[in-house]
Amino acid sequence: MQPYDYIELKVPAKAQYIGVARLTISGLASRLGFSYDEIEDLKIASSEAVTNAVQHAYQDEESGEVIVGCALFEDKIEIMIADHGQSFDFEETKKLVGPYNDQEEGQFLREGGLGLYLMETLMDEVKVYHEEGVTVFMTKYLGGERVDNDVETISS
Amino acid sequence: MIFKKIRGVEMNLQVELLEKDSVQYFKVVGEIDAFTAPILKERLEPMQKVKGLQAAIDLSNVDYIDSTGLGVFVGFYKALKQNEGHMKITGVNARLKRLFEITGLDDIMDIEAEEGGDGDATV
Repeated sequence: MQPYDYIELKVPAKAQYIGVARLTISGLASRLGFSYDEIEDLKIASSEAVTNAVQHAYQDEESGEVIVGCALFEDKIEIMIADHGQSFDFEETKKLVGPYNDQEEGQFLREGGLGLYLMETLMDEVKVYHEEGVTVFMTKYLGGERVDNDVETISS
Repeated sequence: MIFKKIRGVEMNLQVELLEKDSVQYFKVVGEIDAFTAPILKERLEPMQKVKGLQAAIDLSNVDYIDSTGLGVFVGFYKALKQNEGHMKITGVNARLKRLFEITGLDDIMDIEAEEGGDGDATV
């Protein structure tokens, strides 16, 4: 197995923390050397997933938590977003997620409108695991131009 | 200006409204996500029932939008269309332009890119 650094963020399932998750992922992607455009794609895709998780958590109970797990590889970033608030075993959960094609899962995610479509368009791979909440697993590979680490890519 | 104060940090979205030559100009400043989209919606909604409303939304100071923000514009667009009005979006940078393109909204809506080309310093 490829070695990777793992960073996990747990935030209350409240809309004001979506931006925090977005900025965290933007910072990590910048570390990996993703380009400005790729970072912007990652920001939108991860926001969509966290927004879904926040909205889903709100439906179920008043005080949920959202977990954002990021695995940083040399050539890619893997992001896992879960709306059930429990820390996951990244490797174990990764085995469980499958390609999203199930009607049920799709339907849940489509409630948000364009969210899932944007995740699929902006990321290289999106998978969904639906049990005791929803876990979204997304991958983006490093590609295209690299930026210097010193260049200010964390725009917002 | 409407601010939402979160633990001492001003995370805000500003929406200024200016009327000129019977056109309502909305100047939006900030990031539009699920947290700030309600602010935008709050500002747009009272106007959408006006018959034949001509609205121009300036996004030149918006550098982030996700589906929540797009959803607000879709809602406003539909409402205006129903009331024989028109919505124009101006000042979109290269990033925002791409987002409107991949969602197909640029085919439906009147969208004008930022003046002076892409105007987006892609590294």
